[in-house]
Amino acid sequence: MTTLPGLVGFDEALETFDPVMGLEVHVELDTATKMFCGCPTGFGAEPNTQVCPVCLGLPGALPVVNGAAVQSAIRIGLALNCSIAPWCRFARKNYFYPDMPKNFQTSQYDEPIAYDGFTEVDVDGDVFRVEIERAHMEEDTGKSLHVGGATGRIHGAVHSLLDYNRAGVPLIEIVTKPIEGAGARAAQVARAYVAHLRELLLSLGVSDVRMEQGSMRCDVNLSLRPVGQQTFGTRTETKNVNSLRSVERAIRFEVSRQAGVLGAGAAIVQETRHFHEDTGETTAGRVKTDAEDYRYFPEPDLTPIEATADWVEELRATLPEAPRVRRARLQQAWGASDLEMRDIVGAGALILVEQTVAAGSSPQAARKWWLSELTRRANETGVDVSELAITPADVAGIQAMVDAGRINDKLARGVFDGVLAGEGTPQEVVAARGLEVVSDDAALGAAVDRAIAASPDVADKIRAGKVAAAGALIGAVMKEMRGQADAGRVRELILSRLT
Amino acid sequence: MSSEDDLTRLSATELAERLAAGDTTSVQATQAHLDRIADVDGNVHAFLHVDVDGALEQADAVDRRRADGELLHPLAGVPIAVKDLLATKGMPTTCGSRMLEGWIPPYDATVVERLRAAGLPILGKTNMDEFAMGSSTEHSAYGPTRNPWDLGRIPGGSGGGSAAAVAAYEAPLAIGTDTGGSIRQPGAVTGTVGVKPTYGGVSRYGLVALASSLDQAGPVTRTVRDAALLHDLIGGHDPRDSTSIDAPVPPVLDALDGDLTGLRVGVVTELGGEGYQPGVRARFEESLELLTKAGAEIVEVSCPSFTKALAAYYLILPSEASSNLARFDAMRFGLRVGPEGVDAPSAEQVMAATRAAGFGSEVKRRIILGTYALSSGYYDAYYGSAQKVRTLISREFDAAFGRTDVLVSPTTPTTAFEFGAKLDDPLAMYLNDVATIPANLAGVPGLSLPIGLADEDGLPSGLQVLAPAMADDRLYRVGSVLERLLEEQWGGPLLGRAPELASSTGVGR
Repeated sequence: MTTLPGLVGFDEALETFDPVMGLEVHVELDTATKMFCGCPTGFGAEPNTQVCPVCLGLPGALPVVNGAAVQSAIRIGLALNCSIAPWCRFARKNYFYPDMPKNFQTSQYDEPIAYDGFTEVDVDGDVFRVEIERAHMEEDTGKSLHVGGATGRIHGAVHSLLDYNRAGVPLIEIVTKPIEGAGARAAQVARAYVAHLRELLLSLGVSDVRMEQGSMRCDVNLSLRPVGQQTFGTRTETKNVNSLRSVERAIRFEVSRQAGVLGAGAAIVQETRHFHEDTGETTAGRVKTDAEDYRYFPEPDLTPIEATADWVEELRATLPEAPRVRRARLQQAWGASDLEMRDIVGAGALILVEQTVAAGSSPQAARKWWLSELTRRANETGVDVSELAITPADVAGIQAMVDAGRINDKLARGVFDGVLAGEGTPQEVVAARGLEVVSDDAALGAAVDRAIAASPDVADKIRAGKVAAAGALIGAVMKEMRGQADAGRVRELILSRLT
Repeated sequence: MSSEDDLTRLSATELAERLAAGDTTSVQATQAHLDRIADVDGNVHAFLHVDVDGALEQADAVDRRRADGELLHPLAGVPIAVKDLLATKGMPTTCGSRMLEGWIPPYDATVVERLRAAGLPILGKTNMDEFAMGSSTEHSAYGPTRNPWDLGRIPGGSGGGSAAAVAAYEAPLAIGTDTGGSIRQPGAVTGTVGVKPTYGGVSRYGLVALASSLDQAGPVTRTVRDAALLHDLIGGHDPRDSTSIDAPVPPVLDALDGDLTGLRVGVVTELGGEGYQPGVRARFEESLELLTKAGAEIVEVSCPSFTKALAAYYLILPSEASSNLARFDAMRFGLRVGPEGVDAPSAEQVMAATRAAGFGSEVKRRIILGTYALSSGYYDAYYGSAQKVRTLISREFDAAFGRTDVLVSPTTPTTAFEFGAKLDDPLAMYLNDVATIPANLAGVPGLSLPIGLADEDGLPSGLQVLAPAMADDRLYRVGSVLERLLEEQWGGPLLGRAPELASSTGVGR
């Protein structure tokens, strides 16, 4: 990584310091309607078309709780082994911001719906237990679009536009207790936790969990303390770390930065920091002081939520298989080794492989494409593999064409290119790019004859029984056919003529 | 006096009977009230907006429905005035504030929706203290309403406009809202009837929130029966208000003119005595005698925490208000003011400049109070303690209602005071609501009705009846009997003794 003055290398930093992390993850629920009104929640609609008096905060409008969102919140709490509050309230978090219609956010404060849980995360084959402090319900804000500034930031902007479509979309905020003991694996643990959470939420069917669309957002709290010390150091909170890779990078950077500051005898400023995807660095935002006072109080426009024991048990019965149980089951079904499973999970591709297999592909082929070809491309473009513009069904479709001999692995890579470039379905890409292998024996035969005529010495070797020499002729034919030939068929044709 | 003037002197019940009998039309009745408004409102200033065309259109529509033989609500065709705190689609809604000057809501409050569906033409929007903060309408950004009994005096507040409109025969019915007495106190000082229903009994959807846990809309009328009819119309569950009670409206109409024999009437020690004007006390004592004669049993009850009600109220209300009023930020609706001398102001600077220019002094005072009371480090001492007092008050109501069926007190300590008398002394102003506030804190219903004129100044005073939550019918049971007995003594309604208002035509508005 780039080293700025004052930064200490990650590994070196961890010889002296012990990192303590706290992760706050916001998840947008994919309920049909918003948290407190009947407006739709779909992503990408024309600005300010999914609004009403309630989510615009017009005078006199009142909120009504979305029962489906409460149900999702309880299910998330249960999946995280939390206690569910038999009685809880919403609270108002008061602060002024233009994209927040009421200038208070309806959230939960000291009475979260779910609290005191834990979840078990696989980190390189080890199980790491992350304690959950709470999961609470709240509403999202609108979005500000700053116009005229350099990078869409408010600084330097000429004016700002406000889109309230997102205002009032249900959010669940999941907060961990301080994560201690991760040591040198802090960044991996954090990444694995977020990946695990995403998998869990997907399996619950409560959110589409698309980090690139902001439906899952992560804030990373981090502090360092000298190895062996019990009390926590001063923490920073890095906001909106919005991909798995960024979670890892943000932690690595903050560890290096804080170690540099502490190593120089200076103190960490308790502050909000921003992560920059382009540089992998964090920069200081506003300083967190006592001046930030949200004046929480119970939301008087809403009545308390009572989660009866019967209801909670009913919801518990709807929970899907726990991720670890599910992984064990899939491993057995696929006949995969521990190492192979670890690779799949580590790449965040478990669901992708599972869905590709479900779409008809063999487990081996599904794993091969997702872990090699597609992971490489994801890394090249700096996104998560799940964020690539290709579906498991596409991958299964490409493999089916390989299995049918219509394309080979090399041609398949061209099909991936086309699908990822938005050129259409695998079938459409094959047709448009002319990627199908030549299966016309007359054309292939002619090419084989030309290759034999061009290399009589090689042909003689084969005639003499050195079948391995056929490779050179196959290569020549494939070259002439620009790769669009079935190498097995070419081999057959060569051998039938020379042996 | 023309026949149209006669229509304005009728109670809503009488007018409804004539409409049902075909003796008059809603267009005639509505026009009569519009004429009355044109004639006297220059003096009274009960209205902030009069919707002549809209009201006549609605009147015509209901006349047609009646002609078609449609089964209509008993109050169909009776015009009504609505406090400017309720959102009215297509009609200005200012809440008495510069902040909302020119704002036209894109939606109707549930109460307004119910009025329209029942065919009550809406005459216009009535004046009020800004965002319902005040007891005199002197805090309206558009100038005060004057008391029809004496144009030099306040009509009460915050709903002085609704009460004065009804008292001045500009409307037979009005909608008010009551957070700490804003329906009942104006009723008492204008000689009219006002009811604050049980909290949750009438939908708050579309009612611009002052203090969400205290606000309640209710009827403003000249008779107890009219109030019951209006209460029955606007009450009942609304799924758009989470605090709305999912139960039928209490049987307020069946309760009218019942029998008081054996009814236990509690007189609250803490809501009377010292600080109450002698004339107000005298009328109150006489009313107790009438109730006794009607068969009721008078019981003295003590509710010691009621003496802390005012203090608790002035922490809870500003706390909630400071948050409720945060949305007035110039971003989406209402006033927008740029800060002076700033070239390219930020959103925050525009918010601050707008709020500085748009809110009046009383609103700012309460926002500051509430912001302080909710602040970290002060929350427990102020908001937290106030909530504890609130709980105590609820418990004392419960205990009192264990021994009594209803509680009574003078509605206000004094009759209407002169303009400016308490404007510079917020505490003195707040004390007007000392008797009405406990009901809001506990969510119980209350009714104020006129009980005569104080000897010292010849101005109306009122008696307040309080009942347990969702026992609103008891208010009407007591109110209707006491009203009948008093009117028998007076030989007619108290408002008959109010001075005739001079025409303001030519005076200008």
